[in-house]
Parts: sequence; structure tokens; C-alpha cells
Amino acid sequence: MATKGIVKGIVSNLVTVEVDGPVSQNEICYISVGGVKLMSEVIKVIGQNAFVQVFESTRGMRVGDEAEFEGHMLEVILGPGMLSRNYDGLQNDLDKMEGVFLKRGEYTYALDDDKKWNFKPIASVGDTVKAGSWLGEVDENHQPLKIMVPFTFEETYTIKSLVPEGEYTIRDIIAVVTAADGTDIKLDMTQKWPVKRPILAYREKPRPYKLLETGVRTIDTVNPIVEGGTGFIPGPFGTGKTVMQHAISKQAEADIVVIAACGERANEVVEIFAEFPHLIDPHTGRKLMERTIIIANTSNMPVAAREASVYTAMTIAEYYRSMGLKVLLMADSTSRWAQALREMSNRLEELPGPDAFPMDLSAIIANFYARAGYVILDNGATGSVTFIGTVSPAGGNLKEPVTENTKKVARCFYALEQERADRKRYPAINPIDSYSKYLEYPEFMAYISEHVSPSWIDKVNEIKTRMLRGKEIAEQINILGDDGVPVDYHITFWKSELIDFVILQQDAFDDVDAVTPLDRQEYMLDKVVDVCHTDFKFDTFIEVMDFFKQMINIFKQMNYSAYKSEDFYGFDKQLEALLNERKEN
Amino acid sequence: MASKAFQKIYTKITQITKATCSLKATGVGYDELASVDGRLAQVVKIIGDEVTLQVFSGTDGIPTNAEVTFMGKAPTLKVGEQLVSRFFNAYGEPIDGGPEIDGKEVEIGGPSVNPVRREQPSELIATGIAGIDLNNTLVTGQKIPFFADPDQPFNQVMALVALRAESDKIILGGMGMTNDDYLFFKNTFSEAGALDRIVSFINTTENPSVERLLIPDMSLTAAEYFAVQKHEKVLVLLTDMTNYADALAIVSNRMDQIPSKDSMPGSIYSDLAKIYEKAVQFPDGGSITIIAVTTLSGGDITHAVPDNTGYITEGQLYLRRDSDIGKVIVDPFRSLSRLKQLVTGTKTRKDHPQVMNAAVRLYADAANAKTKLENGFDLTDYDNRTLAFAKDYSEKLLAIDVNLNTTEMLDVAWDLFAKYFTPAEVNIKQELVNQYWRN
Repeated sequence: MATKGIVKGIVSNLVTVEVDGPVSQNEICYISVGGVKLMSEVIKVIGQNAFVQVFESTRGMRVGDEAEFEGHMLEVILGPGMLSRNYDGLQNDLDKMEGVFLKRGEYTYALDDDKKWNFKPIASVGDTVKAGSWLGEVDENHQPLKIMVPFTFEETYTIKSLVPEGEYTIRDIIAVVTAADGTDIKLDMTQKWPVKRPILAYREKPRPYKLLETGVRTIDTVNPIVEGGTGFIPGPFGTGKTVMQHAISKQAEADIVVIAACGERANEVVEIFAEFPHLIDPHTGRKLMERTIIIANTSNMPVAAREASVYTAMTIAEYYRSMGLKVLLMADSTSRWAQALREMSNRLEELPGPDAFPMDLSAIIANFYARAGYVILDNGATGSVTFIGTVSPAGGNLKEPVTENTKKVARCFYALEQERADRKRYPAINPIDSYSKYLEYPEFMAYISEHVSPSWIDKVNEIKTRMLRGKEIAEQINILGDDGVPVDYHITFWKSELIDFVILQQDAFDDVDAVTPLDRQEYMLDKVVDVCHTDFKFDTFIEVMDFFKQMINIFKQMNYSAYKSEDFYGFDKQLEALLNERKEN
Repeated sequence: MASKAFQKIYTKITQITKATCSLKATGVGYDELASVDGRLAQVVKIIGDEVTLQVFSGTDGIPTNAEVTFMGKAPTLKVGEQLVSRFFNAYGEPIDGGPEIDGKEVEIGGPSVNPVRREQPSELIATGIAGIDLNNTLVTGQKIPFFADPDQPFNQVMALVALRAESDKIILGGMGMTNDDYLFFKNTFSEAGALDRIVSFINTTENPSVERLLIPDMSLTAAEYFAVQKHEKVLVLLTDMTNYADALAIVSNRMDQIPSKDSMPGSIYSDLAKIYEKAVQFPDGGSITIIAVTTLSGGDITHAVPDNTGYITEGQLYLRRDSDIGKVIVDPFRSLSRLKQLVTGTKTRKDHPQVMNAAVRLYADAANAKTKLENGFDLTDYDNRTLAFAKDYSEKLLAIDVNLNTTEMLDVAWDLFAKYFTPAEVNIKQELVNQYWRN
């Protein structure tokens, strides 16, 4: 019999429930308040008292209200029909909710039980299968989605029967498998999984090495991220975190993009709702929305569901990875999730860690980032979850717990900087502080050598060194004055400005400049590095400045022109002519 | 606070702090209102049969045998057309001597809008101030604060923006406002003949500070009535949200919560977001736009209140006194409207985004030149031109006394570009230079 309980205490969304039977940590229960049932999660148990966090407002709740326990942890339902949907943090389908305002206690089903799917079997009767094995395939939005043996299955099974190709709903039985003890288990196209547990249905998780193209030059060229890699973007408000996230989610070369809007502004989610259905995926030519799933827990939605939202998103990403797909997961912002943990920890009266965050924050962040990765599945296919989170450091200070703990685990660091943003140098990613650890991976170097160019990584490292040198000279000029340093210093400084303006800066709101395909990035990098290697002859620093300003202007016009168009080559010619004026032989 | 018949009266308070009192009671709902010795209070904690109440006007003088009654409902506001041109206190009671409102009673702090039912904001709010319209264009459904030091004229600028912006209703929520500022708003609005579209909820420095926690929800409940029921464009002015946050800190302190950064409660982000996220564009034309004020201490934006606000709102506006021209300007460097790209270049002329960026970049070059000058270095010809440009730009565009439409602003900017620079120095897309450069 299911455990029941009675409400004994209420402080905001932390409720104490006296239970009449066994409960487990993280178990879900529903508390009845004035005719509606509010979903809650057990977060602490002392004797007969279960402390639960309610995923909704507790207004009007009374001592004596009844709770029913469900016997399982917070879980999501996985199956065909999730793409293009907008869910809240608990996987309720937001589009199915009635009315303009969210109603407390309204939970909507994440899938569609009536829709027919064209199922094609992949496995055969008699095959030995285990959790994650592919049984068949349905086509959703041009993605071949696999129907798998549920991840919760712990043994090996034999397929007893499998339906032939045809139209089925997700609730139709498509296979029967026999367990070692002879029991038959019927399977439909859906399965459930508790979100706080990682899905481990793969053979191994090697180091990731394949470049994941994002079309953003300061990422792809300067600090690349890889399929199955992890990265994070910390930045004070107003430095362009969200624009950056949207750019990556629009342009990245991924099969599936899951966006977790975690405690952020509702209008930002609305922007995705409004734009994505019209935008075209630059890699496949299809609608962006077709490959996108949005998990929206905006900042005015219940705090407890904010924590759940990132786990819901990760579980959905892992589900698609198990099908051999390239998944990109974006979470904006992981700081809000950490703050949600802080609020609950505070109400539980736990001893606080730094900045009143819970002591285990570091472990929670590390475990979450560890769920990303590039995997080889049991059948030899590969899949990946690339995770990029944003961090909103309090006061813009990177020495705060969330940033510091994330820095320990994420392999790419894209530091958005107030100073660059103030100077309107967007994207405001600091080229010197930011890094990608993948540039040091021999596997990655080999991959780039083969797929892009053998000289690419050397050039990337060269421009990084030049940016650093440029910054040093700028500081010297500030102290000594323009005349206080040799003209050569000015040349070196302006070469770093050239790199900044042409490669690092990118106009996310210009149709052409917003996305730079890799071959174009290579072309521009080669061109800029060539200029950097050219010796020039100048008499005064003013000549240097004027010359480079002209050059930067031509380069920028090139960035705004369609690649290899007439205009593009026109500017290329202008550039040649300008260079010849000052070239020293 | 009339009590209903057959209501249970409690007379044994077990604990009193400066802002809260506790007693044994049963059948009480969370968030429910109560009356303690005639003062309004709200349930903030229930442990078994012990109920803790937050007494809005403070607990001074409350005896342990005070009469406590529970009202069985959360705080409410009576809404209707009658709200217009009236002034209320934090409880929604008239303070202008007029009659009580006879309208539908709704709970304040109601549910959030389903994000998929929101419309993308797309309507420009023109203010005539170039520091706003040109550089930081506002859009209906946006939420944006002024970050200002207490000595800056933020209330004056906000009143100016409110009166110039085309809105159907203006809701003023005053928290910890000085009586002088309250009268300033009252007089400014009545002189402008705008009282017939204004509703005000005022908590002045003379009122207890915890009462002001009700002001934003009261104001936004009224705003939702006009935006949802009447499909009107509503502009909500909240000044000053730092006072609101201070009141939150007081209550959380009295409840023995562990403070996080700057003594603010750990939930400060959610508390502020709940208010600001009420800004919305509804599909049927109604909208709520929030312009707020967050006062800073010595310009410090890393303090928890401005910092959390910055992460919630869609940009922020800074005022600064420009010593070159001796006027208050909207600071082009630090101010930002995140929603501007929804209208710039589409609802305004197509050169708007690039002109805006180029002008700010040149203004930044002028700031560098100024630093050089202060450090005693020689200026180049370019430096001198940027300095001259900056002065003109401040005077003709950034100053808050400028009143132009955006096309005029763009024309002024092109005039200034041509006066001081070459096209290469301005660094704008060639196509636009060809069309707009003044020869």
C-alpha cells in the first residue's frame, strides 16, 4: 500500500509531512490543497517526518492537508514525440496547458498517445538484448529515432517477438522480450527514467576529440569545443551570455539541441519560441525547431522545479545520445540552479558553505558535468552530449563558488568580460583568460590536422600569443605614451587589434557575419596570419594607426559580405592593394 | 479590518520580534492574512500548531494578549475602473480622502504567465530621449531599472519618461518614497493633466518599512487588471526597489534565516524575479512594462540588489552628469536595453543599429583620448576630433533634455560623423555609408 502523510509544518515551499509508512529520499508525493494536488519531492527524512520541497506555491496549505507518496523518484517519460516541444522543468507540456496564466497543480502529459508512427524493426527475434539495445526505428522530424530496451532493465534478454514495419502508437506493444528466468516482458515505445541518475547504457566513454562547429569564430577558431565536450560561459549581466547561447544553439552542428532555460527571463524563451520556427538549420536546411526541445523554468516559475529542470534536460539529452545522435545541451543559467539549492539548504537550516551555498555544491556541479560526454554504444555506434552552461557570477566576480566549482570540471572556459562589452567588442569573450583544454589533446590535434589543416593549431596558438603581446604593449603605451615606444611596438599592437576586429569580433545580428562556416574561418585566419607575418614600413605611429584602421575596415566589409561573392573578392583585391602600399620587401 | 461573525479569536501570543509574532492556532493556511491587535499581518511559517505572522506595520506596542483573528484569504486588491486617478496605501486603501473602491476582489501576487502564451515584445516605446530611444530603445513588455545614486534625478527622469511614453495607464508604486518625492509625482502628473490614466500605491518613509513589501504586488495586480481585462498598454513605475529589498532583508533577519551576500536573503533573486517577470506582452495587445529604480550605494553595482536585478531585468539605464556640457545624460557605456534589437532597424530606420554602435565606439575612443590627456600625453589629430565629437554627441543627443524622434536622432548622428570623421574611421557597413553619408 502506498505511503500516506499529513502536513505538519510549512515554511515557504518547504513542507514537513508526517508519514505512516516507508518513504525514500527524493521520492515524489502529491499534497492535496484546496482541491488540487501539488507535486513535491522528499529532500530529508527525520524519524516519521519527511521534509518535502513543493514544486508550486504553498499558498493556502494547512496543517492536516494530506499527502500521497508515489513510490518513485522524479522521472521523465521518454519516447517519440518530444522534438519541438516546450516543457516546463518537470516535463509538463506547456502548450497543452489552458489559459494565459499557469494554474497550480496542472500537470500535462509530455507525449502524444494517439499519434501513429511508422515503426521499422532493426533487431530480430532471437537476438540477445540489454538496456539501451536498439529494437527499431521511427522517423521524427527527419531524425531516425531508435526504440530501445528500457534503460532500467538490468539483465540480458532474448527477443521473443517483434512487430513488422507498420503504423503504431507509442502505447502499442512493439516487442516482447524474455528474461533469463523465463518471464516475458511486453515493451511499447516509451520508457521512464529518474532524472537524477545518469543513463549509463553505453560501452565506453573515450576522450572526446571531434570538433563541434558552432559558426562562432572566437569559439571554433580560438577555443574550440568538441562533440561530447563541456564548456561554460561566465559573465556579468549585460555582457552577452544569452546572445552567445542563442547563437550557439542556432548554429551548432548537432542533431538535437536541448535548451534548458533555468531561472532566466521569460522573454528570452519567448524569443526562441518566436524565432526558431522560422530559422533554418544551416547544416541540414530544415527548420531549427524540428531538432530543438526547450525546457523552460523561467525565473518566476517555482524555484524547486528549477533544480529539476536541468536534470530533466540532461536526461532527455542522454536518451538521444543512446540512439547514436549528436546532442547539444545548453543550460542558462547554472547559477540559478545553484541558488535554488541554496534556498532549500537555507530553509532546511543546514550549515552553510561559502556564500551560504550548500557544502556539497562542488560535488553536485561535478557530477552533473560528468554526465556529458562522447560515448561508444554497445553496438559500436557513437553518440555525444555536449554541455555548455552559463554562469552568472554574483557581482561579476569570478571568485565565487559557482564559477570556481564549474571551472574545476568544465574543459572550455569562455570568460565574458565587462570591459570588452563596454567597448562593444562582441562577443565579449576575453581572448587571453579563456581557454579550451581540447587544444592540448593529441587526439584533437590529429583530428584537426586531418580534417582542417596541419598548420591550423600552430596558427591558433600564434594569434593567442599575439593577443597577449598586444595587450602588454597597450599597457606600455598607456604608461609611456604613444611616442614613448618604438613604431614597431605600434605595428605589433595593431596586428593584435586586427585579430580582435576580424576574427574575435562577430556581429550576431548580421545575417552573414553571424555564422562563419569552418572553411571561411580557415580562409580568414590564413589571411590575418599572413598580414601578421608581413613586415611593414612606417615612419610614425599615426601612419600605423591610419593604415591598420583602413585595413580593418576592409576586412570587416569582407566579414559582412557573402563568402566568395563578387563583393567579397572585391574587398580582397582592395586589401591586396593596400598591403602593397606599405609592404617592406 | 472588519472581522467576520463566528471568527475564532486568539489572545495568547507566545513570541514577539520586531517584525513577527507567533501564537498557537489551528486550521490556518499558508500566506493567509491575519489581524493582530487591528494591524494587518501575514502567515509566514507554520510548525505544527505554532503559527508565525509577519506584522506589516511592526510589532511595537503589541501585547502578548492581543486579539488575533485569521481572515482565511491571502492579501487582496479590489480592482476596477474606479482605481484610476486614485492614490492608495500598501494595503490598497485610499489615502486621497476619496471613497473605497467597489470592485472585484482579487488575490495579489497571482500566478505567472505561461511562457508559451506570451507574445514577443515588438512595439517601441518612444521617449524622445536619445540616450534611451537611440542607444537603449525600450519595448512594451520590457522590464528595466534605472541604476542611480540617491542624489541623481531618477524620479524626474522617470516621470518624464512616463508622461512622454504612449501608454494607456501608468501605475506608480512608491516604496519608502520621501513625502517630497510623492508630492513631486502627484504634482507633475496632475500639471500634465495625466491623472486620468494614473493609479498610485504609495508607501512613504513615514510608513512602516515592512508594509512596502506589498507595494509591487498591489501595483502589478492593478496592472494585470488593465492589461488582461481591458487589453491596455500599462506602464508600471516602481521606485525604489532597493528599499523593497531592504524590507525583505529585515523580515528574513527576524526569522533567523542565514543571510547570503550583503545581508540579503538567499532567495533575493527569486523574490525580485517574481515581481519583474510580471512584465509581459499579451497576445491580444495588452502589455505590462516595468520601469524601476534601484538606488546604488556609491555607484556599486556588485551589491546583491543591483547585481541580482541586473540578471533579471532586460537591461539597465544609468544617469551621469557630463562635466563637458554640465547636463545629466543617459550613460551610453553602461546602459543597455536587451530588447532593443527587436525594434531597432526594423521598427526604426535600417541604419539604426550600426549608427548607434559606431557612435558609442567613437565616444569610447574619446574617453581614451581624455585619459591620455589627463596623463599628460600628446593627443593625435584623431584624438582631438573624437573629443570634439564626444562633446557634440553629449549635447545634441545624450542629454536628457533632448526631445527628438528616432529618425531625427539618426540624422543628427550622421551629421556628426561627417563633421568629424572619414567613413573608414566610422567603420559602418558600406551599403549604409553609400546611402546616408553626408558629403
